[in-house]
Amino acid sequence: MKKKWGIFAAILLTFSMILSACSSTSGGSSDKDKSGKLEIFSWWTAGGEADGLKALIKVFEKKQPDLKVNNAAVAGGAGTNAKAVLATRMQGGDPPSTFQVHGGAELMAWVNSDKMQPLNDLYKKNGWDDKFPKELINMVSKDSKIYAIPVDIHRGNVLFYNKKIFEDNHLEAPKTFDDFFKVADKLKAKGITPLALGDKEIWPATMLFENILLGKLGPDKYKALWTGGEPFDSPEVKESAEIFKKMLGYINDDHSSRAWQDASQLVADGKAAMNVMGDWAAGYYTSLNLKPNKDYGWIETPESDGDFMVITDTFGLPKGVKNEGDVKKFLTVLGSVEGQDAFNPLKGSIPARTDADPSKYDDYSKDAMKDFKSDALTPSLAHGSAAPESYLTKVNQAVNIFVTQKNVDQFIQSLKDASSELKK
Amino acid sequence: MAEANLQNTPARTQPNPKTRPKRKKIRSTDRLLAISFLLPSIVAVAVFVYGFIGWTGYVSLSKWHAILPDLSFAGLENYLTLFQNFRFQSDLRNTLIFTILFIAVVALLGQCLAVMIDKKIKAESLFRNIFLFPMALSFIVTGVVWRWVLNPSSGVNLLFDKLGWDLKWYTDTTIWPGIEIGKVTGGIPIALIAVVIAAVWQMTGFSLAMYLAGLRGIPEELKEAARMDGASEFQIYRKIILPMLRPITLSVIIIMAHISLKIFDLIYAMTGSGANFVTDMPGVYMFETTFRSHNYAEGGAIAIIMLLSVAIFIVPYLIHSRKGEQ
Repeated sequence: MKKKWGIFAAILLTFSMILSACSSTSGGSSDKDKSGKLEIFSWWTAGGEADGLKALIKVFEKKQPDLKVNNAAVAGGAGTNAKAVLATRMQGGDPPSTFQVHGGAELMAWVNSDKMQPLNDLYKKNGWDDKFPKELINMVSKDSKIYAIPVDIHRGNVLFYNKKIFEDNHLEAPKTFDDFFKVADKLKAKGITPLALGDKEIWPATMLFENILLGKLGPDKYKALWTGGEPFDSPEVKESAEIFKKMLGYINDDHSSRAWQDASQLVADGKAAMNVMGDWAAGYYTSLNLKPNKDYGWIETPESDGDFMVITDTFGLPKGVKNEGDVKKFLTVLGSVEGQDAFNPLKGSIPARTDADPSKYDDYSKDAMKDFKSDALTPSLAHGSAAPESYLTKVNQAVNIFVTQKNVDQFIQSLKDASSELKK
Repeated sequence: MAEANLQNTPARTQPNPKTRPKRKKIRSTDRLLAISFLLPSIVAVAVFVYGFIGWTGYVSLSKWHAILPDLSFAGLENYLTLFQNFRFQSDLRNTLIFTILFIAVVALLGQCLAVMIDKKIKAESLFRNIFLFPMALSFIVTGVVWRWVLNPSSGVNLLFDKLGWDLKWYTDTTIWPGIEIGKVTGGIPIALIAVVIAAVWQMTGFSLAMYLAGLRGIPEELKEAARMDGASEFQIYRKIILPMLRPITLSVIIIMAHISLKIFDLIYAMTGSGANFVTDMPGVYMFETTFRSHNYAEGGAIAIIMLLSVAIFIVPYLIHSRKGEQ
């Protein structure tokens, strides 16, 4: 009889252990929210980005000494790991206080899922409406509700080139596609790889293509592509694909083994002459102790003078956070000149506000800040601003196939087939 | 309730109640105790393994293509789009070729090394450790190292360049012999050979260890008897050692197959999807579909196909080994 009670107790014990294990985990997470800690979620974990974020948090903590900030950055994969973690948390109803997201379609994915709160009152209170460019605010708005604060700007349509190679061969940085191919032919004849590409991950190739599209179509038609106003089988898009195909004849053989840094490195080492990359490459060159305008030069990608391909990191306010007031205090600092000037010089980006202090930035950034004020702004496809991720995945797939197979008709057809994703 | 059962069942089912009840009672209390100890892990495995497999299967039949869940039933639609997809067709070709090459080379090389080490050489344990060490690394480390070793413009290629060989390794996009199947070109993607080299480098030590254990398990008397009968060393190897190593080979194949069919980290660190998807694998595609483009339904479908492909190897093995036990 005693033994049976023992067994009974054992079963009870094991069951209660399972139950308590379950309840303690769910209890834990709700406690965390109530403590009122500000959780800043990003993928800025290394180098200048991390330093910039720390400087920004320092500015905030000076202003709000009684608020604690929890820097919840997730490393790896240029944000892909962080995005996976974020998706899980948002779906599980445990959003971070605020999170890094590219302005445009990537932010809209959360807005359309009804996970974000509008921030119009914050803009009004701080008088921000005329401090950010109108086109930039449009990228973070839906139905005239503004959903995020842009903190930094990177430019996507930059062609970096090795100054020494260009001077030695008496070449001018190309302004048109014809110039580009003339320069490329001369370089090829000398045995120098004209164009460096690192498409181990495919997005640099997609970036190259989107910049050709921008050059050939101009900003208005380029933007219309993503809203269904411009067909993918128009002569201009076809011509862009032909140019893309021709450009691929001038790239390094080992492109599929290189990441974007390795391609930038080719230009830095003088093994290749040009590289189309976002201007974070300028930050990379700075980290290699190369001097702007001396070691490397830059120019807008062919025929995109006066256009600015925008990649912007923004922060918004998710629904369901407990400490809304505190998050808004942080976002206020994020949108202030002081906050943006603390963050951007360290990250190597330019501020999203047009009234920041240029003297704090290096030569390249000063140049970019000047253009940012006057240029037409266009959203980048390769970085998730122009179109939903589901469309981007299909385009990346088509680009990956095109780089090898170089079949223009098939490529255009894939772009057209994928465009059903744009309407979702 | 348990009490009632314990007292009633023996009397009802046993024809001879005088001697049996006591033993039976002890046995059933033991059983109850065993079950109560096993129960937590059974529940945990049921929920966290089989429950989630079931959930993945359910998601794979749904219309969940965005961040917000949409669990309405879509039938086999996701599977159909997958099988028509260029990338997925490439993935199927790559996995098949990779698995065959990888298992064949690992099994053969492991066996050869084991036979050599078994020859009572000097410093045997040193060699054994040298071959086993790569196994202690993670595939990520292996991937990064071999990415640079086999990079077309660095590593061993500086040497090959001097010899006049222009090897492109994993950046090669040729597929040999190149037969059109569906949307893709069928054959052996040359780029995969680089990946096979890296994977073989890491896993050969494991098959070596297994074969070595197998060789040590063959009684010396058998070989001695064969020698007495005038068999040559080669005949001994073919007629005695090889047949006796067959169960080891089976285990090596099973273990390697489940590694190669699920491979993700090595590809991710070493080559990525590769130009024209010559080195892409379902695992990489699943990750990107699910977590990058938030297409949970299609991601689930890929995961289920991967599970089934591993099951093709594992299930017959489990049945076989169960029969062996009985």
